[in-house]
Amino acid sequence: MEFLDAVFVTPFASMWDNPEFLLEVLIGGLLTGVMYSLVALGFVLIYKASGVFNFAQGTMVLFAALTFVGMLEKGMPVWAAFLVAATVMTAMAFAIEWVVLRPLVNQEQIILFMATIGLTFFLDGFGQLVWGGDVHPLDIGIPKDPLIIGGVLVNEFDLVAAAVCGSLVAALAVFFQKTAVGRALRAVADDHQAALSVGIPLKTIWVIVWAVAGVVGLVAGILWGSNLGVQFSIALVALKALPVLILGGFTSVPGAIVGGLIVGAGEKVAEVFWGPATGGAIEDWFAYGLALVFLLFRPQGLFGERIIERV
Amino acid sequence: MGTLAERRIGPPLLKAEQISLAFGGVRALSDVSLEIREHEILAIIGPNGAGKTSMLNVINGFYHPQRGTITFKGETRRRMRPHQAAETGIARTFQNVALFRGMTTLDNVMTGRLLRMRRNFLWQALHWGPALKEELEHRSFVERIIDFLEIQAIRKVPVGQLPYGLQKRVELGRALAMEPTLLLLDEPMAGMNVEEKEDMSRFILDVNDEFGTTIALIEHDMSVVMDLSDRVVVLDYGRKIADGPPDSVRRNQDVIDAYLGVSHD
Repeated sequence: MEFLDAVFVTPFASMWDNPEFLLEVLIGGLLTGVMYSLVALGFVLIYKASGVFNFAQGTMVLFAALTFVGMLEKGMPVWAAFLVAATVMTAMAFAIEWVVLRPLVNQEQIILFMATIGLTFFLDGFGQLVWGGDVHPLDIGIPKDPLIIGGVLVNEFDLVAAAVCGSLVAALAVFFQKTAVGRALRAVADDHQAALSVGIPLKTIWVIVWAVAGVVGLVAGILWGSNLGVQFSIALVALKALPVLILGGFTSVPGAIVGGLIVGAGEKVAEVFWGPATGGAIEDWFAYGLALVFLLFRPQGLFGERIIERV
Repeated sequence: MGTLAERRIGPPLLKAEQISLAFGGVRALSDVSLEIREHEILAIIGPNGAGKTSMLNVINGFYHPQRGTITFKGETRRRMRPHQAAETGIARTFQNVALFRGMTTLDNVMTGRLLRMRRNFLWQALHWGPALKEELEHRSFVERIIDFLEIQAIRKVPVGQLPYGLQKRVELGRALAMEPTLLLLDEPMAGMNVEEKEDMSRFILDVNDEFGTTIALIEHDMSVVMDLSDRVVVLDYGRKIADGPPDSVRRNQDVIDAYLGVSHD
């Protein structure tokens, strides 16, 4: 009885009593969600253009952040460190296309997926070899003071992070919708054969998406790193992008964003209001539980293409 | 068309010589040779599974034959990538419409201009200065094609939402935007009603007439084939069994047997 009460009555009662607090929790969650979106976006870009589920995206985030921090620690200014890290990610895109994708072209998806698992372990080891296994604190001067806006407490850092993510997504949207390269990328995502027939070189396109995904990963890594310090657990946090993708649909950029927001807001609200009933730690499994429900009832996600198979 | 057609037809533009293609143990093409002459409309016909689409796929580099050579514009090649075929001036449409479904008609046709854009990818990505000017030039070219195919009304509609007949027309538009020397059409009229077929026939003839584009098409509707084509090649079980003007092919006994079946007792 007490348990049922804690699940079905108390949470709603406390939401009702203190709506500002609910709003605060919700906003905090949404802002965390923005970061999930950012990591998920890297997955979607690569999945759309090359049909590869890139298990290494999380490690790419980590590797990019490590490179960035490494350059800062060598005394570079922030912009130079960013340029170097972005260049490294672009070089990595070339290397991946050359070493991994090209020899495996036309192979089954599962084989490419396995190859990216290999890539994960390689980057993990390589990252430790070059930058060591320590936690690197990262502070690029983003303010972290709490703000009160309209009676609601918001962390300044989260706002900056949201603004950065928002502009990045907007820039990507313009790039995809308005430029010839963007058109080529969408074309490849829609139909490989047709793209080849109008003369779009698939390999160049792959290098571009992997490079863009790498740079998106870099931004995600810098933001996560500023919060948690750059450490190897970032690669694990990036796994939260999986349920985000299942929610949003693997092929949808808007899906990745909305999915991230839902997961972020959902897990915070669940943790704060339902945490007492279950003894906490809901935040750790909420996203996966939600993903499971989606897999059962709507496997294509909110925005994904309907999966229709000929039988 | 008779004599007029013969006069405008030039020397061979593409020569396929002794092409053999097998998938594992299945022979798709055996020793097929054919020519496509400048400015002609060539029809490739044959029963299902005769190897017609395989032939088109060999010509534009999707398949690499085990034996045989393709000579296009005097250049012989053994292995070629599809995007290289596109660069040398071969455009095509597909049996089961292969459009970029999420994109609008206009954007679909614009992808046909990608190879014609001289500014490199970086400029285009910045979408500024000379690249923007170039984009506008291509845009006006594409608008002319859209006018030509009479699809102005659906310029901004995502092609996934269009009826099949219109999708085929958009696909033709995308191929035309490439300004190809050789246009390969894989069943351009499949699944169309009579009126749509007439429209498509008219467009094919106009393209051939006005732009001088050489066309090779696969078609099942015999009346369309007879009306459109200058020459017909017949494939059956991966072999070429006839090659000539439509009238003579129609009377060819091998062709009649292939289509109607012949008892082997």
